[in-house]
Amino acid sequence: MRKLALSDEILLKVEKPARYIGNEVNSVMKDKRKVEVRMAMCFPDVYEIGMSHLGIQILYDMFNRFEDVWCERVYSPWVDLDKIMRDGRIPLFGLESQEPVKDLDILAVTIQYEMCYTNILQVLDLAQIPLRAGERTWEHPIVIGGGPCTYNPEPVAEFFDVFYIGEGETRYRDFLDLYKEARREGVSRREFLRRAAKLPGMYVPSFYRAEYKEDGTILAVRPTEEGIPAKIKKEIEMDVSDTYYPQKPVVPFIKVTQDRVVLEIQRGCIRGCRFCQAGQIYRPVRERDVGMLKEYALKMLRNTGHEEISLSSLSSSDYSKLPELIDFLIEECRERKVNISLPSLRIDAFSLDVMRKVQDVKKSSLTFAPEAGSQRLRDTINKGLTEDAILKGAAMAFEGGWTRVKLYFMLGLPTETEEDIRGIGDLCNKIAAVFFETVPKDRRVNGKVQIVASTSFFVPKPFTPFQWARMCTKEEFLDKAYLTRTAIHSQLNQKSIKYNWHEADVSVLEGVFARGDRKVAEVIRKAYEKGCIFDAWSEYFRNDAWMEAFEECAVDVGFYTTRERGMDEVFPWDFLDCGVTKEFLAREWEKAVAGEVSPNCRVQCQGCGAGQFGGGVCFEERDGEGA
Amino acid sequence: MKLRVKFAKSGAMRFIGHLDVMRYFQKAIRRAGIDIAYSEGFSPHQIMSFAAPLGVGLESRGEYFDMEVRSYTTLEEVKAGLNRVMVEGMEVLNVTALGEGEKNAMASVAVAAYTVRFREGYEPDFDWAGAMEAFYAQPSIPVTKKTKKSEVLLDLKPAIYSLEVEREEDGIPVVHMQVDASSSGNIKPGLVMEAFLRGQGRELPDFALLVTREETFTNIGTAEEPVLVPLDAAGIRKGQEGGRIGEWNLPDAAGIRTE
Repeated sequence: MRKLALSDEILLKVEKPARYIGNEVNSVMKDKRKVEVRMAMCFPDVYEIGMSHLGIQILYDMFNRFEDVWCERVYSPWVDLDKIMRDGRIPLFGLESQEPVKDLDILAVTIQYEMCYTNILQVLDLAQIPLRAGERTWEHPIVIGGGPCTYNPEPVAEFFDVFYIGEGETRYRDFLDLYKEARREGVSRREFLRRAAKLPGMYVPSFYRAEYKEDGTILAVRPTEEGIPAKIKKEIEMDVSDTYYPQKPVVPFIKVTQDRVVLEIQRGCIRGCRFCQAGQIYRPVRERDVGMLKEYALKMLRNTGHEEISLSSLSSSDYSKLPELIDFLIEECRERKVNISLPSLRIDAFSLDVMRKVQDVKKSSLTFAPEAGSQRLRDTINKGLTEDAILKGAAMAFEGGWTRVKLYFMLGLPTETEEDIRGIGDLCNKIAAVFFETVPKDRRVNGKVQIVASTSFFVPKPFTPFQWARMCTKEEFLDKAYLTRTAIHSQLNQKSIKYNWHEADVSVLEGVFARGDRKVAEVIRKAYEKGCIFDAWSEYFRNDAWMEAFEECAVDVGFYTTRERGMDEVFPWDFLDCGVTKEFLAREWEKAVAGEVSPNCRVQCQGCGAGQFGGGVCFEERDGEGA
Repeated sequence: MKLRVKFAKSGAMRFIGHLDVMRYFQKAIRRAGIDIAYSEGFSPHQIMSFAAPLGVGLESRGEYFDMEVRSYTTLEEVKAGLNRVMVEGMEVLNVTALGEGEKNAMASVAVAAYTVRFREGYEPDFDWAGAMEAFYAQPSIPVTKKTKKSEVLLDLKPAIYSLEVEREEDGIPVVHMQVDASSSGNIKPGLVMEAFLRGQGRELPDFALLVTREETFTNIGTAEEPVLVPLDAAGIRKGQEGGRIGEWNLPDAAGIRTE
């Protein structure tokens, strides 16, 4: 029987000990003497969040299919265990072997959101790995980062030996072979990293130097040696139907956020919303073969015993074989008493019909994401949803028995005016009015309609048309939230509308990290030293400590958030190439300011640059024209 | 048709709480492809009944749940099918068929048998084995039981069905006890140990005990004259293949007790 890393005393003292014992169904145990490379995949947040992440499940499965590799999992110990491990100098361990992470060859960290940056430091620190890559030796694992935040890795660059830019399916085998070769040859760690830097998609920060202009902006990020590529292009899996995908995902013992089979039906998005980073960096759209999806759905249900399956993609309604797939799933899941969950569906006759079949109408709610309150602003952000479509969809849904509507908006979008914000109240009111018009009094369940409007604050992200945009200050954000509230309260149907908004402090920090440069790293380290971890958890977020850290490092928040950026500015992430060109993004930015929309990829190619990858939606047959 | 599943929980699985064990078996039943019956309604759930919840940190060799199935091949195959999809530390020990009208597992529980050891480093610093037997010989054992809302004074004595201290080969004493595990009068073994040590002027520290539940019993006698049998021997349909009375092994300290 495996010996656990933590004593009974500790496990009985902490909340949810199941987070730390491994042993889950489909977790992979190997004989450590029979593998050549030992690694851990880390999601730097609590177990329940990390275990819900599809990317790790895909890569965990891929690595463990390699016979010479044993890949384990590691997550952030929750605050209670964090303290116990620090006090007792207990090294962070992999869930499978229960052995210290510091003794492994590779620690791979997925970086999904900016507010986990201090948790990366927590994981390194508890693992007893030096925080700065430059202080590591062959005694320590190679620390490699991946995920969406690596499209601007600079704020955390000094903590990583390598970043893998793009999709993990394509280059890890080469990376592992290079590692094995280097260890066999006995070369230095630096020499291994030098070789790794020459692999496509690999960014080794220590071989690049950032030079700044006098105004603090970037002059250039350049390689420090001959032979190191000046530009790093993202890796992309073009055949998403014949590639790695788990048939036996790990099944946690405790309830996690995504407690179900997750079927990723496609990558990328045709829509091109101008605020959305995922919509750009995962281009072009690549659909998985519907036959493969059917086969994997059944295998994953059988191998996990999950009672629910969910489709995953940025915009499921755009998957071309969606009706066929859903019919199949409804049929198979009815037999097996499995629930189907369908996030990111556009509300129309088709989706309402499907939702009626798979959900209890009385218990479910409709979700719209207009993102902006007026048509003008929706055009600016290139959100295709019109007021007409929302009201028609709502009317159909009310006819069908739904009474709850959720609406998502962003505040602080570029060019936003007070009128746009008041539009949020108007739109909510119109939806309520549609309910009272459509549903006669005697058919109103509980006599009411419930509309919940939520706003988040807009944070400009790299590789989007809004990467040039000025971000609002905290005060501006809060004024906008108050205005939204007033606008909603002044409506005739205000009693049917509930409004939620968030604190603005976290958004401001997210803004700094999203478009930050290497100078921000010191602030992150300082905040961590002051005790900041789990910043994504409002109960642990300590804005005062962060502000002190900025002050002590003499780093100006406004430089990264509210500063106006010129079209000729060199961004910290410009040495990366996500396939979409800066020229395209600039064109889209200009169209945004002019309030012009761009049609989606299936209607008309906008020449974004993703066609260079030679597949996906860019080469689909379109109606009436060739590719 | 109702089947009663007996299982053991050990090792790392000690740290999985009762609700999560239920979820674990719901998924295991699906993985094993058992033709379980579901409730009606929009979100149907598997028809199951778990016997007595086991505290986090405890091992057990006598856990039970019932499940309603629409069909099955043989009891042996149900057992083998479940064991094929178990994780380390979970093992299905027995599957029996319940007769019509048998009480479900939860309602059947009357008594549980435990073995209790002190963890290394937590052993009392006196020869406690003899004292423990004297403690049990008292005519009444008054204790205060703390609940979430209040403290109640109760007599432990009638809730303890048997108690003996045995020395293992290495000379370390082990307590075997059978105590009330019914929903109305459940007693944790720790409460008995705490009362014993209090009587010796000592406190029971946290984490001091290693507790294993050995078996869960139902009472087929009366309240006054209990006849205790393990839950998987209770409602066996006579003539059914699998589980005949006499197949089950009683753990050493667990016996049918009628006095």
